[in-house]
This record gives sequence, C-alpha cells and structure tokens, in this order.
Amino acid sequence: MRVDVIMPQMGESIQEGTLTKWIRKVGDPVKRDEPLFEISTDKVDAEIPAPAAGRLAEVKVEEGVTVPINTVVAVLETDASAALGAALSASPAPAAAPAPAAAPAAPAGAAPKPAPAAPAPAVARADATAEALRRTRSSPVVRKIAAEHGVDIASLSGSGIGGRVTRKDILAVLESGAAGRPAAAAGPMMHVPAFAPGERFERVPMTVMRRKIAEHMVMSRHTSAHVVTLFEINYAAIDRIRREHGAAFLERHGVKLTYMPFIAKAVVESLAVFPVLNASIDGGDVLYKKDINLGIAVALDWGLIVPVVKGAADLTIAGLAKAIVSLADKARNKKLAPDDVAGGTFTITNPGQFGGLFGTPIINQPQVAILGVGGIEKRPIVIDDAIAIRPMGYLALSFDHRLVDGAVADQFMADVKKRLQEFAGPVL
Amino acid sequence: MICERLDWGRTPYDAAMARMDARAAARQGGAVPDALVFVEHDPVVTLGRGSHRGHLLLPEAALQARGIAVRECGRGGDVTYHGPGQLVGYPILLLEPERRDAHRFLRDLEQALIEALADLGVAARRSDGRTGVWCGERKIASIGVRFSRWVTSHGFALNVARDVSGFDVIVPCGLPGVRMSSVERESGRAVSLAQAADAVERRFAQVFRRRMSAAAPVGSAAA
Repeated sequence: MRVDVIMPQMGESIQEGTLTKWIRKVGDPVKRDEPLFEISTDKVDAEIPAPAAGRLAEVKVEEGVTVPINTVVAVLETDASAALGAALSASPAPAAAPAPAAAPAAPAGAAPKPAPAAPAPAVARADATAEALRRTRSSPVVRKIAAEHGVDIASLSGSGIGGRVTRKDILAVLESGAAGRPAAAAGPMMHVPAFAPGERFERVPMTVMRRKIAEHMVMSRHTSAHVVTLFEINYAAIDRIRREHGAAFLERHGVKLTYMPFIAKAVVESLAVFPVLNASIDGGDVLYKKDINLGIAVALDWGLIVPVVKGAADLTIAGLAKAIVSLADKARNKKLAPDDVAGGTFTITNPGQFGGLFGTPIINQPQVAILGVGGIEKRPIVIDDAIAIRPMGYLALSFDHRLVDGAVADQFMADVKKRLQEFAGPVL
Repeated sequence: MICERLDWGRTPYDAAMARMDARAAARQGGAVPDALVFVEHDPVVTLGRGSHRGHLLLPEAALQARGIAVRECGRGGDVTYHGPGQLVGYPILLLEPERRDAHRFLRDLEQALIEALADLGVAARRSDGRTGVWCGERKIASIGVRFSRWVTSHGFALNVARDVSGFDVIVPCGLPGVRMSSVERESGRAVSLAQAADAVERRFAQVFRRRMSAAAPVGSAAA
C-alpha cells in the first residue's frame, strides 16, 4: 500500500513550510514515528516522523523547496508493496511495465534519489530513447496534443501510472506557457559539462529563489522577442524639485524624495496613453490590463525580488514614494506577502544604482515591457548651441516585439521623457 | 507538570548542544521530565538553517582569530551570537496537545521573557513579524527553536550584560540595521545572570503552567 506523507501544519497561522533535509533517502526502510525529514518555518525547525512503517518510495519535494501545508512531500510503500517497488527502481527504464493500480511505485523519473537540483528525469532517461518513452508513457491523445504544440513528451515528468504523461499534465504545461517554443531549448540536449575532471570547486545548492530567478529569466528569453530602446533624460527639472522640496517632503512623508517616484509617475501616466505596454499576450489574444500595477525590482543580498505597487495610477508622488520604500523594506526584511509580488503589469528596475549607465533588462513575464533606469550623473550637454552641465541619465526599455512595435515603444519613451523633463506637478 | 530547572553554567557550545540533544532524546523517550536549561556560552556565532552566510560580517577565520567559534545548528532562524553575559535558555518540553502550535510556542516564550523583563525593570514588547523581544527598536532577546515530535529544544538568548559588542560581527537574525540591547542597558542597573534566570524561570512557569523543581539528584539528571 502507498501512504502519502504530507507537509504538516505546525500551527494554526502557518500556511507553508520549507523542506530543509531528507533524513531518509529513497529506497530506505523507515519505521513508524522515526524521523523522516526536517522542515523549517519562520523561527522554527522541526523533525517530522514517518506516518507509517515501510519504505520511502518517492520523494516529491526536494530539499530547499517551500510548499503549502498538506502538500504530499513523499510516498511511503508499506511492507506489502515494498518488494515490487524495489524491483522497479532497480530496472533502468520502466520498460512499459504496466504497473497494477495498487503499485504505481516510483515513476521512473523520481526514483533515483540523489537528484541534486533538477527533478532528475534526465538522468533516468539517458538509456531510453525519447521515442520509446513517448510510446510507453503517453496515450495517443496526449501524443497528438504534444505534436500539435511542439512539446517534447520525453522532457516532461508525468503524474500518471508508471510516470506516464497524462492529458492533464500536458494541458498544464500548455497552460503554463512553457510550450510553443522549441522543446530543445529547454531540455538538456546540448549539455556542456560544468566542470572538468580534476577541477577544484565547492558545490553549493542554489537557493530556491536563485532557481526561480534562473528559470524565469530563461523562460522569458524564450518567450518574448526582446528589443531594447534607449533614451537619455535631462533630470534638471526633477533635480530642482528635489532640492527645493526634499527636506519638507522627508519631514511630511517620512521618506526621502528620490528620482524613483518621479520616474514611476511618468511611466504610469504614459502607460495610460499607450496601454499596449500595460498588457499581456494570452494565446492569440491581447489582454489590456485595466489596472496599472507597477513592479519595482529590489536587489537583495541573497537575490532579487519584484514587489508590486498596486493601483499605481491612483497614487501621487508621495504615495508612490512611500509605497516603493515600504515594499523595498518588506523585501529586505523578508516580510513580503505573496500578494505583494503578484499581479504586476509593468516593471521598473534600477541597474543604475551601482553606477551603471544603463542595462537591458529581461522582461518580467507575462508582462510585455520593462524599464531599466540608468545612473544619474552630471554630464556636459549641448543646449541652444552652448555646453551646459545637467544631471543626465539613460532609460532603457526592453519590450516584447511580438506585441509592441518599435515606433510605439519609442513614442511611449518620448512621452515618458517629456513628462520627466517638464515635470511641474505637486510633490508635497 | 513538573519542569526541572537545570543550571549548566558556562559551557562551550558544542558540549551544551550534545547535552541538550541527549536531554531532548531522553524527554522523547519519557525517561526524564520537562526541563528549562540555563547556560552561558563561550563566544560563538550560530547559523540556523535559514541562515545566509552573508550575514557574517567577517570571514570565519577572522572570527576564529577573535576567539569566536562558528557553528551550524538545527534551530529555526538566521544567524545569532552567544557569549558571556547572555542568558541562554533551552526549554526541553514535551508540549501538551493543545500547545502543539509552533507560533503559539514562540509567542509564549516571548510572553514569559517580556514579563520577566518587566520584573527586572525593563519595558519590552513584541514586534509584529519579527520573532524575539524588543525594547523600542532594539532587540534584547532572540528566539530560535526546534521541535522533534513536539519535544522542544534550542530556545532563547537574553542579553543581560551591558556589553553587546559581540553582535558586531554579524547581521543579527539577518535583519540589517537591528541594534542589540541588554537588560543592564535598558534598566540602567547591574543585573546578574542568576537574577535574570530566576525572573525568567518564574514567568516561564506561569506561562507554560509548569511546576518548577530543582534538578533531580546527581545520577538521574545525567542527561
């Protein structure tokens, strides 16, 4: 019999836990109540005992991954079915073994434990051809759907019996937008070894955040047709306002008056004029988002996160300034709620904060554009045939050419530039 | 329920961990009653599993050169510092079913510490979302715990002595900008670890509804 092991709820107000350590490995025998894995939530670590005696058949959640409570993290096979499980995990390929319903055992992909980072399947499949797996692991309907959408079934790990890719699995993949791109691009087809024999290194597992950033960035590169346009902004008007009102602003609102809220304000106003930049692509449709929810990328010592200023169109300079500071503080103190990072429609990132002239950011999916704010510094420029010194900075817009053409992107940027250079609105 | 108060005195971190783990294992097996252990550590920086090594402000070698050990441990929370003048408490309790809530346990520990601090003349409080005990924006006690089948271990560290410069080598709890304080700093008078321990023991007993007893005779308290 198979017994699910779940992420326990360690307290009424606790909704998730991070699996920090598997004390037992796949294939290990376990006794009832013997420590099976360790979890971490907030300031609490806990050892979780096995709910039954048997053998650890399958690990569904890797170390370092955070999952909601009641998520199945592993499957135990109680004694009756253990023998069959062992037999299955010993054979390299699941050679069409039509597992009886009672013992779907370890889907071949998940069985070989050590699985350092990725959910392993690639290793297990090395011996079998993709074609064989397609045949053994999926129904004709699934194969048809896969062929239509150019999805490589062998690159998926199935939830069906014996690891078969089910109709639901493939629809989920299509839903997630992972399809529609060459399957090879995602897969480990072109594998360049990360190290040479004898090379000295220290192996450190990526954090969950690092892995998510990595996945998202590659996914975005494969999804959007990135084009960058670059504009130079004369911040003299903003600079003057900051000098005149900075102290009073800090006094009244408790936050410093930086360039960021001005840029956010200009962007929000320009997005209202060019709604195609505040949109997403959904299959063959364009979704024009009614709300402007501004993502603000925040660099952390341990990664990067993009909290979202909701309803940015309704905020004043002060409102934007406070929202940005508050979200950045929450991010740095690890206090962001899931809702704080969801629902963004356009993102601003600030690669200039360390002195970079400009960056060419990667679009934050499913958005279609992202603005990179370059460093602002005094530069000599020509005004009315005279050389003048002005605080200057570059703004780089990466946009998705699938939806946005260069002319529109440039008109949008010209509009942002005009608003910044001629800013005259109230700030206090 | 009976709870033994155990005073281990100044104990190196590794030795204290070994004793704590043994006691927790014995508690799971029902061989010993609940305990509240008080201990004072030699300087050590400990990393919880959630720790970020970037929160060590000096390389390990530099810490060691200053006589500060670095250890990883199985409690929740980020990096912290223990050293002389700090009252470290390990509650090793088998929680009753109605108390089996990790957040409740953290809040109860905070409550006992806040009340004990009030007895010592220090006004302390909780800070939403930041486990621990605070005086204004200054942190006076850190908390990080472990449950093993609802037997608790690790616990809290209450800064008692005036000197909290030991924390200068880390970003306490991974919260940049947090300043540390102590009972002596906040109360403006001299307070010994024993006085602090007595206050904590009294309030701990009330909050957790334990009847405190001195350690059992030598031999049976070997754990």
